[in-house]
Amino acid sequence: MRQFLVHDVRDNVGVAVVDISAGQNAAGVSLDGAAEFKLAARQEIPLGHKIALKDLKVGDTAVKYGESIGRVVADIAAGEHVHVHNLKTKRW
Amino acid sequence: MGTPRFQGYRRENGAVGIRNHVVILPVDDISNAAAEAVGKVIPATLALPHAYGRLQFGEDLELFFRTLIGTGANPNVAAVVVIGIEPGWTERVVQGIAKTGKPVAGFAIERHGDLQTIATAARKALEYVQWASERQREECAFEELYVSVKCGESDTTTGLASCPTVGAVIDGLVDTNGKASFGETTELTGAEHIVAKRAATPAVAEEFMRVWNDYSRTIAENKTNDLSESQPTKGNIRGGLTTIEEKALGNIEKIGKRAKFVGVLKPAEVPSSQGLWFMDTSSAAAEALTLWAASGAVVHLFPTGQGNVIGNPILPVIKISGNPQTCATMSEHIDLNVSEILSGELTVAQAGERLIDLIVRTANGRLTVAEGLGHREFVFTKLYRSA
Repeated sequence: MRQFLVHDVRDNVGVAVVDISAGQNAAGVSLDGAAEFKLAARQEIPLGHKIALKDLKVGDTAVKYGESIGRVVADIAAGEHVHVHNLKTKRW
Repeated sequence: MGTPRFQGYRRENGAVGIRNHVVILPVDDISNAAAEAVGKVIPATLALPHAYGRLQFGEDLELFFRTLIGTGANPNVAAVVVIGIEPGWTERVVQGIAKTGKPVAGFAIERHGDLQTIATAARKALEYVQWASERQREECAFEELYVSVKCGESDTTTGLASCPTVGAVIDGLVDTNGKASFGETTELTGAEHIVAKRAATPAVAEEFMRVWNDYSRTIAENKTNDLSESQPTKGNIRGGLTTIEEKALGNIEKIGKRAKFVGVLKPAEVPSSQGLWFMDTSSAAAEALTLWAASGAVVHLFPTGQGNVIGNPILPVIKISGNPQTCATMSEHIDLNVSEILSGELTVAQAGERLIDLIVRTANGRLTVAEGLGHREFVFTKLYRSA
């Protein structure tokens, strides 16, 4: 049973494929099956929302699909919810 | 093993359609009432009211005519009755559609009034529906289907499941010399460098970047904030998508892993050959699908995450979702549930095979859920204010 998926092994965020509750030990796998992840969710992560795979600092780049999806605007600890409150576009 | 075959309508110009509509096409906003009245008198027709057609000029007017004529010319349309306020532009639309060889007739309201126009146009419409009802389907090859792809109300499951499913079909389609088109110009922002690398030639890549930069300039000139809540939409954000880059990277999963695109189309432009084409479109679903229908697409593949309920009057829209919540709560809006990809019970390749099977059934005449529900969104793209 997996709770999240990781598009690319270079990514620092994963995507919840079920609702993950705060404190839950979550397991994830990369789409190519090459890497497995285990971490404790620090917050509730609803299905489809992102979970940080590692600690991220303000100014860091969030990586998904092996590509930049924006800049971190508030520090994020591994296992926390990554969304509009702590990640912004680099484009617009 | 060859590609699948289906029963379609081969039109006078050889193009293949999968529906057999008789369309009542108003040239302008003020002819909608007469066109809709004909649609009521002859219920087997399909009236297509829209908001524009007066005092447009320049490139915006060219796009307007391309959209209107392209809609009538679409192979899913058997015959067309055109109604306009005056005879000049009415005849221009009639002549444009007539190039396909299909039956088309125009009626102008001035010097007749709505009531006489409705009576005359309804007689022609009746003649056309009887004629159309005798057209027979014949066996056609899969590569004769012109397929458009665009997603909507995306979320993160779109990039994980429904877009890759469509991508698997597009890769196969291009391998077997099919015809397909993708677009959503500004929604490629953050992945435009990846799309440019998928161009078949450096010249095509350059033209793609020119079009993308041009659209991006419009955004930059008119935006009042960082566009959050417009692009991504509130629905995207609710579904877990945070930025335009993340949305774009999921979006481009739709064009597969290896298919190259052979050219860049203006909005509503007809592709001049087989292969995958990029079309410069808005990312708003109703506008974009109207443009693809006008470019001749006969079936549309529409991945959705949070549940966009879009349809089009002449272009059947097949909706694919990988979000188990959406598939459960909005099942009447989803043609193909691929959410088992998330749990690992279904591979993308298997999902692609299911989608091909559904495309064939839809091409043979099976109604999509959007058709069954009566979704007929018909929305023109307008480039700037009228004169």
